[in-house]
Amino acid sequence: MANQAQYRRPFHSTQPDYLYPPYGSTVTRAPAKPLIILPQTLTEVTGPVFGHEDVKAGDNDLTHQHAGEPIGERILVSGRVLDENGRPVKHSLVEIWQANAAGRYPHKNDNHDAPIDPNFTGGGRTMTDEHGRYQFLTIKPGAYPWRNHFNAWRPAHIHFSLFGNAFAQRLVTQMYFPGDPLLPYDPMFTSIPDERARNRLISTFDWETTNPEYALGYRFDIILRGRDATPMEK
Amino acid sequence: MSLQMSSSQTIGPYLHIGTDWLITTEMAGPDVPGQRISIEGRVYDGNGAPVTDALVELWQADARGNYAGAGQPAATSGFCGFGRSPTDATGHFRFSTIMPGPVPGPGDTMQAPHIAVTIFARGLLKHLVTRIYFPDGAGHAGDALLNAVPAERRATLIAQPLPSGQAGSYQFDIVLQEAPGGRPETVFLDV
Repeated sequence: MANQAQYRRPFHSTQPDYLYPPYGSTVTRAPAKPLIILPQTLTEVTGPVFGHEDVKAGDNDLTHQHAGEPIGERILVSGRVLDENGRPVKHSLVEIWQANAAGRYPHKNDNHDAPIDPNFTGGGRTMTDEHGRYQFLTIKPGAYPWRNHFNAWRPAHIHFSLFGNAFAQRLVTQMYFPGDPLLPYDPMFTSIPDERARNRLISTFDWETTNPEYALGYRFDIILRGRDATPMEK
Repeated sequence: MSLQMSSSQTIGPYLHIGTDWLITTEMAGPDVPGQRISIEGRVYDGNGAPVTDALVELWQADARGNYAGAGQPAATSGFCGFGRSPTDATGHFRFSTIMPGPVPGPGDTMQAPHIAVTIFARGLLKHLVTRIYFPDGAGHAGDALLNAVPAERRATLIAQPLPSGQAGSYQFDIVLQEAPGGRPETVFLDV
């Protein structure tokens, strides 16, 4: 088999290192030895494909998963999944999860004493369309304390998991909210060395998708790795 | 037009809320051709303690070496090649699947049968990638990746037959960081 177009490796400063001591859990979990560079093969340029049979209509609405309405500020989070060449990443799976409006996860290990909302679980999923677009209807998550350092609070955030169309494109990231005063104090956010790259994880208020008398819109575009070379058309 | 890849962030401790709907540990139904195998193991941190909040994902070819989707028309129907499991309270994960076939590698080489592995966890700002190879040694000599790994570290990529001895049952532990006096750190890959 001929050599294949490789997915570009990211600019180093746009990605966190494994070891970032201000985020305490990295200290015993970061590999100590250098990674081995693997020339991408068929294994890395292919990837699991999830289709519409796996994701149901309505899985992108986190406000109607229970009998009642969840408490909090309804928001519409939408955007596009693109590759580094600006091409839409079509028909690919986007998963999200988040805390409720009070900053609490319905999880046995979350012992923050904020209330649990019986009408909000905080997990959703959708497929991008042919233009790479996705949308979620949810509740704006609250900030919450964690014990990483003195007076540690996570900024409001939504976890995003993306498969793209290749093993090499797999990405888990977080979306933050504009104007959040906690961002400069958050070691997960500050683990990204490049300031512009950090700021690309902050969504923008989006008047266009704001739904009158119902929900504010936030826009969050996600970029997955692109290929080094454009495959030649035959 | 050139954009830059979004930055990675940790999956955090509450990954179950968004990922449990897609747990796939029985990867091959009864009609999928191939040799049945199981792979289990634990994820360990630099204290030698089990990592109880990790997510392990697998990606593999079918028994003939074809990947599902991605323009591989000969791929076995009904076999997606994807597995996903959280680790449990003891850091343990387990998958049942089929032995993958050899797949093409760089240039004219063939890669030994292998399964690609992705590990997410609290404390990992980026996911980790490794591979599972098999102890029969088939195809190892010509495998470009195994040849690129220092010989003394290669064993961390090779699953071991389970001591319990059931045919096709393998153990593959993942050591994120070598603990003092502990087992060697797994080889992780920059793909």
